[in-house]
Amino acid sequence: MLQQIDVRMPPLLTATGICKAFPGVRALENVRLQIESGEILAVVGENGAGKSTLMKILAGVYTPDAGVIELDGRPVAIRSVKDAGRLGVTLIHQELNLAGHLDIAGNIFLGREPTWGGPLRLLDRGFMDDAASAIMRRLGLLASPRRLVQDLSIGQQQLVEIARALSLKSRLLILDEPTSSLTDSETTLLFTVLSELKADGISILYISHRLKEVESIADRVTVLRDGRNAGELQRHEINHNGIVQLMVGREVKQFYQRSRGDGARQAAVISVRGLRWEKSQRGIDLDIAPGEIVSLAGLMGAGRTELAETLFGIRKMAAGTVAIDGKLLRIRRPKDAINAGVFLVPEDRRVDGLILSDSVKHNTSLASLSLLSRFGIMQRSREETLASAMCERFNIRTPTTAQMVGNLSGGNQQKVVLAKWLSRTPRLLILDEPTRGIDVGAKSEIYALMDALAHSGAAILMISSDLEEILGMSDRVLVMHQGNLAGSIDREALSEEAIMHLATGGGAHL
Amino acid sequence: MKKLIGIFGFMLFLVFLILEATDRERWGDNLFNNGQRIGLAGILCIGAGLLIITGGVDLSIGSVVGLCAVIFCWLILDLPVLAQKHLGMDIYVPVPLAILGVLLSGIVIGIVNGVMVTYLRVQPFVVTLCGLFIYRGLARSLRGDNVPAIREHVEDLSSFFKGDFLAVPTYIWLLLVLASLVTVFLHMTKYGRYFFAIGSNERAARFSGINVDLYKILAYVFCSLFAAIYAVMYVIHYNTVQPSNTGNFLELYAIAGAVLGGCSLRGGEGTTVGMLIGASILVMLPTLANMWGVRDTLEPTIIGGALLACAVLDEFLRSRSKT
Ligand SMILES: Nc1ncnc2c1ncn2[C@@H]1O[C@H](COP(=O)(O)OP(=O)(O)OP(=O)(O)O)[C@@H](O)[C@H]1O
Ligand SMILES: [Mg+2]
Repeated sequence: MLQQIDVRMPPLLTATGICKAFPGVRALENVRLQIESGEILAVVGENGAGKSTLMKILAGVYTPDAGVIELDGRPVAIRSVKDAGRLGVTLIHQELNLAGHLDIAGNIFLGREPTWGGPLRLLDRGFMDDAASAIMRRLGLLASPRRLVQDLSIGQQQLVEIARALSLKSRLLILDEPTSSLTDSETTLLFTVLSELKADGISILYISHRLKEVESIADRVTVLRDGRNAGELQRHEINHNGIVQLMVGREVKQFYQRSRGDGARQAAVISVRGLRWEKSQRGIDLDIAPGEIVSLAGLMGAGRTELAETLFGIRKMAAGTVAIDGKLLRIRRPKDAINAGVFLVPEDRRVDGLILSDSVKHNTSLASLSLLSRFGIMQRSREETLASAMCERFNIRTPTTAQMVGNLSGGNQQKVVLAKWLSRTPRLLILDEPTRGIDVGAKSEIYALMDALAHSGAAILMISSDLEEILGMSDRVLVMHQGNLAGSIDREALSEEAIMHLATGGGAHL
Repeated sequence: MKKLIGIFGFMLFLVFLILEATDRERWGDNLFNNGQRIGLAGILCIGAGLLIITGGVDLSIGSVVGLCAVIFCWLILDLPVLAQKHLGMDIYVPVPLAILGVLLSGIVIGIVNGVMVTYLRVQPFVVTLCGLFIYRGLARSLRGDNVPAIREHVEDLSSFFKGDFLAVPTYIWLLLVLASLVTVFLHMTKYGRYFFAIGSNERAARFSGINVDLYKILAYVFCSLFAAIYAVMYVIHYNTVQPSNTGNFLELYAIAGAVLGGCSLRGGEGTTVGMLIGASILVMLPTLANMWGVRDTLEPTIIGGALLACAVLDEFLRSRSKT
């Protein structure tokens, strides 16, 4: 008897009919996802579409309300992160989960340290170091396995997470917005690593809002919309417009919107002279005219966030002067800056921007409580009105304004931080990585908003690591290098190369 | 909210058990007696709760109570004598003025604690632990370790507060007035919002333009001020003070009451109603145990056990509601 053998391998993982609801929110409805061995599948969708929730289900963080997950064609039950790990599925969260005070090898083997000496259970450091080195070499991570993780850059830390997953013999690696805090070169390195893993037969689920990355790395794209499957694109069908069309159900026209005024000829909104927050600096001079959007470019650690925090009164000024509209301003604390109309949208929303355990409403109003109260008594109806209006304006996806911000999707959390400051009218708006984790549609709305603000005479200082965004929005770019201003580039002379040249220390310092 | 309903239910259950264990004709007396003690304990729990909401903690409350009570007596008994001896002046300190002096002392102590925590960046635990020793020492040395009696000075106040209004102990009315003020402050003003924001995420509060240091100091001032109010009531009630042990361990009771009432030691959580309920449980639980014939000496064990059970239950419910 000849047995009929199906020569096609079953897909590595198939999830069908996945449903998940949270109080007031249907995060996933009847979602299907399939990934082959050695495939890079990108999952895209608007903020709150359900991407992270789906990934957490595959990795055993959440249990689905309904649905079947099959691995190698056989149904499996993934009830905990441990289950998922045993089955070879590892999720790398956007917020990295490493023990900073342990070294690289210690992190890779955390919780399953190799031992010798029988019942004595002595730590087998030699084996640990060798094994760690082997994996690290495979990932191109050139550091001693004894380096402390807290001394590594974010990109290197991410590689440590991947190394940990590989040492667990993972067959499916899930990366949730891995590049949102990486520099361009770190991103390139990550992509090389991912391609090599793919060649070794490891499957990768990749979530990102940077569609360029998706175009360059994905074999296939699955699009989610409002918790349902919205479509799928094969390798040859992947292009920006196609993805966006499926994501939002319409075309997003005119991504960057910049209608330039003639502000540059008016007196500066802010002029900074000789500003230092550390003794070793040379002192920063800076002017921004009304209606001008100035970007601050530079590598990570170049001092851009520090400059923003100093202007906002978080960091102490060591020397220098700041004048707003020609009037000298003493900035001792954020309140002084705010009273002069200087607002800062901070970089790290979870640490500096939001109270995750509090409601959308209270977070939106937190910087405006004085305006929403009389004789100190809160006027709650006005607060509610403001919060609802901001949710509408920024299209924040939340069942009610009483929802805890920590329960919102990453991109929607970022929108709450923006709403918190943009409910007021700034003189100078400082934005530190304002579009991190935000979907294309919302990005273009934020750009439109920046443009409108500039048009009405405000000055905008935007810190960004996204070169495309800088090129698209800026009237002028200031580049920082090692705590000093390395140069200024006007719109006419603007190019990626010009920025990188200055950012890497190639220019003569000002 | 659920938690609040839970502890409220537990409190009613305690009331029921206490009534059940008492003869019918002594119900009134028993409730009145417990009411008086709740009225006093509640003052401390509210003060501690306010501070805990901002993420702070005060281990010096008991010593502050002791010191303030001694200052009260000193102002009335010793100040006139000293003025006579050194300045040849004949002065008399009326009780209201003395009370004002005590409250001011509380405020000053709060400012000292708060400034150490904010501007000098010392951990609250350390600052107030040192305060626990320092203020006790001051209390004992201000007028020696002897025990003053100031019955005749506070007799009127004493009988007023030991009485009732509409059959409810005056202490309870005083507590309700204080609690209402705090409720308005905490839950209806922007300053209350600042308190919660600072306790939940101090950095985010700072980035929102809130003067974090100022409001943290204010929280310490509230805590010590309420301890001073308690000290005044203590002297009025007992007509005396023992410099070496009045107030001992009260900081622990105050914190326990606030935590029982739903304040999280991590900060950013708590309600006035909860603090009042916590104070009530703190008073009634040992009373009940006593009625059931449990030895007096076990009182701290009972309170500790209740607090622990509460914390375990809370953590259990929290982890269950996660997924
Ligand atoms: N723990 C939770 N409790 C309540 N609602 C939640 C929870 N987690 C997610 N949600 C909701 O489920 C929906 C999907 O969220 P999810 O985080 O999966 O979105 P996402 O596609 O990852 O979005 P983003 O691109 O912004 O990261 C959102 O509306 C979100 O508010
Ligand atoms: Mg997400």
